[in-house]
Amino acid sequence: MTQVATPVIAHLTPEELAALNKPRHDGKWWLGKIASTLGMAFIVIYCLVPFYWMIISSLRLPTMGLSNDYWPNPISFENYPGVFSAQNNFLRAIINSVVVSVTTTVLTLVFGIIGAYALARLRFAAKGFVLAIIIGASMFPGITLLLPLFKLFTGAYDWMPLHWLNQYQAAIIPSLSFGLPLCVWNLTAFFRQLPVELEQAAMVDGCTPGEAFRKVILPLAAPGVFTTAILTFIAVWNEFMISLTFLQARDMKTATVALSQFTGTLGFNTPFGSIMAAGVITTIPLLILVLFFQRRIVAGLTAGGVK
Amino acid sequence: MAVTTAERTAPTTIKRKKNAFSDGQGALAAMLLAPTLLVMFFVTGIPIVMSIVEAFYRAKGGVDPNTGLVQTGSSFVGLQNFTDIFAHPSIVVGVYGSMDRLINAFINTTLFTVVCVVLETILGVAMALIMARAFRGRGLVRASILVPWAIPTIVSAVMWKLIFNTDGVANKVLGLTNSPILWLGDNRYSQMAIIIADVWKTAPFIGLLTLAGLQTIPAEVYEAAKVDGASAWQTFTRITLPMVKPALVVAVLFRTLDTLRMFDLPWGMIGPGKYSVETLSVFAYLEMNATRYGQAAAYSIVLFLYIVLVAFLFVKLLGADVVGDEELKAINAQRKRMRELHRKQAKASASVRTNITSGSAAS
Repeated sequence: MTQVATPVIAHLTPEELAALNKPRHDGKWWLGKIASTLGMAFIVIYCLVPFYWMIISSLRLPTMGLSNDYWPNPISFENYPGVFSAQNNFLRAIINSVVVSVTTTVLTLVFGIIGAYALARLRFAAKGFVLAIIIGASMFPGITLLLPLFKLFTGAYDWMPLHWLNQYQAAIIPSLSFGLPLCVWNLTAFFRQLPVELEQAAMVDGCTPGEAFRKVILPLAAPGVFTTAILTFIAVWNEFMISLTFLQARDMKTATVALSQFTGTLGFNTPFGSIMAAGVITTIPLLILVLFFQRRIVAGLTAGGVK
Repeated sequence: MAVTTAERTAPTTIKRKKNAFSDGQGALAAMLLAPTLLVMFFVTGIPIVMSIVEAFYRAKGGVDPNTGLVQTGSSFVGLQNFTDIFAHPSIVVGVYGSMDRLINAFINTTLFTVVCVVLETILGVAMALIMARAFRGRGLVRASILVPWAIPTIVSAVMWKLIFNTDGVANKVLGLTNSPILWLGDNRYSQMAIIIADVWKTAPFIGLLTLAGLQTIPAEVYEAAKVDGASAWQTFTRITLPMVKPALVVAVLFRTLDTLRMFDLPWGMIGPGKYSVETLSVFAYLEMNATRYGQAAAYSIVLFLYIVLVAFLFVKLLGADVVGDEELKAINAQRKRMRELHRKQAKASASVRTNITSGSAAS
C-alpha cells in the first residue's frame, strides 16, 4: 500500500500538500461555527449569571446587601463568619442536613439495590405493575403524604401517639418516599446496561445466582450505585418542604430551611449578604460533586429518563 | 407404587402459568422486592389512604353546647370539604379578581405549569440543538448546565428574591430604577418572577435529557435527508423532533408533574399566604399548619387527582413511555399481535360462514 501511495505524494510540492490537508471552510461553515459558539456562550451565560450574582452578593460588606455593583467594592468575606454566628446557627443546620441526607441515601441504597436488581434481571408476572407503582410513587405530591405524617408525628392519632417532631427520623422517613423510587429507578437502568451474560458465565462457573450478584454484578455496578447515591443525596439535600414541617426547632433545622429563615441583626432588614453566603455554602458541596462526576451524573440523569 | 402415583399426578399438578414469560423467578423477585415495596407501602401507600380518609373529616371547632368545653377530635363530614368551594367559598382577591381560594390556587398552579413547561421545553430543545452541534467546549457547557440543576430550589428562590428586589439588579438592568417594578409585591409581576426563576432552573435539565435523545439519532438519517434535499426546517420537524420525541415526552412529563406540586419557589420568593402566587401545595400546607387537617387533606387530594389525570393524559395521548422496559414492551407487543391474529382469524372464519350461507341462499 505504501509503495503505491508514496509516488503520488512525491509528485506534490509541500505547498500543495498543505492546501490539500487544510479543511475547506466556506462562508456557511463559518456562519455555523459562529452561531454555535454564540449559542454555547448563551447557554453558559444563562446558567451562570444568576449564580454569579449570588456569589458576588455574598462577597459584599454586610451593610451593602442591596448594592447593585457588578463587582463588589470592596470585596469582603464578612458575611461568611456571619452565617455561622450564634444567631444563625448554620453549622448545626449543615450537620442536620448531612445526617438526614446521608442516612436517607444509605437506607435507599440498602433497600433499593436488591429491588432494582430484581426489576432489571428477573422475569415475573407483576413486573409492569411494580415498575408503575415505583414511577407513580415518585410523582406523588409531597403535600398529600405530608399531612397524615404530620398528624402522626405530632401525636394527633390516639392509636399511635408518636411524638417525633424535631427528631431526625421524622424527616428521614418521609424523605424515603421520594428517595427510594428515585434510587430504584436509576439502579434499574444501570443494572439493565450490564450484559446478562456476565451472570450466566458466573453461574456456569459454579456460582449461585446470589453469588453471581454479589461477586460479579455488584463490583461492576459500583459506578452506577455511586452515581445513584450522589443523585439521591442531592435530591434529599435540596429537599425543603419535609424539613420545614418536621424539623422546626432551632437546633434541628436543615440548611435549606435555616437559610430561608435568616433574620437580620437590625430586625426588619433582610440580611441578603448572609443569606447569599449561606446559599453559596449550601450549594458548594453539590457543585463540587457535580464538577467531579459530571459525566456520571449526566449519565445517571438521562438513564433514569431516557432509554 | 410411589413412582406410578407421581407419574399419574404430575400432569394435573402443573399449573398453567398466567404469564408465559415468567419462568419461575417470581418467588426470588418477590423476596428481593419485598423490602422496597414494604417501605413504599409504609411511607407512601398508607399516608395516601390516610389522606383520603382525612379528607372526609373535619376537626370539631367551637364549644360543645352541653358541656361548655372546647370540642376536640374530628367528625365525619362527607364531601363537605370539597363542596364548600361552592357552598361556603372563602373569597380571596388574587390577580384574577375575587374567587374561592382553592380555585385561585388551582388557576395559579395550572398557569405556572403550562407557561413554565412550554417555555422550558422550547428553551431546553434549543439548548440541546446547540450542544449537539458543539465543536468544542462541551465540557464547560455541560458543567454550567448542571449548576442550575444542582442549586437547591429554596436557594434559587432567595437568590431570585434578591435579584427581583425593588432596589435589585433586575430593575437596574431593565432601566427602571426611577419607576421600579414591584416584582415581589404579590401581583402579576410576582407570577412572572416565579416563572422566570423556574424556567431558569429547569430548562437546562430538559436540554440535558433532550441532548441524550438527540445523540441516539444515527448520522445516516441526516445524511439521507441531505441527499434528498431536505431543508433545515424540514430536517428538524420531520427527523429530529419525531426521533427525539420519546425522550422529550418523558422529560416534559416529569417536569409537568414537578411543576404541578411547586412549593419552594412561591414560599421562598414571595412568601406564604400571597394569593397571586399561591399554588395548591402552598395552600394545602397552610391549611395543615392551621390544623384544618380535613380541608388540607381535601385540597391535597385535589392536587393528587389533578396530577394523576395529567400523567394519564400524557401516557394515553402523547404515548409517554415512562416505564421503558424493553422486555415488557416486547411482551405487550406480542400480546397485541396475538390479539390481532385472533381477531383476524375470527373474522376470516366468520366471512367464510357468511359466504356459505349466502351461497346456499342464492341456490
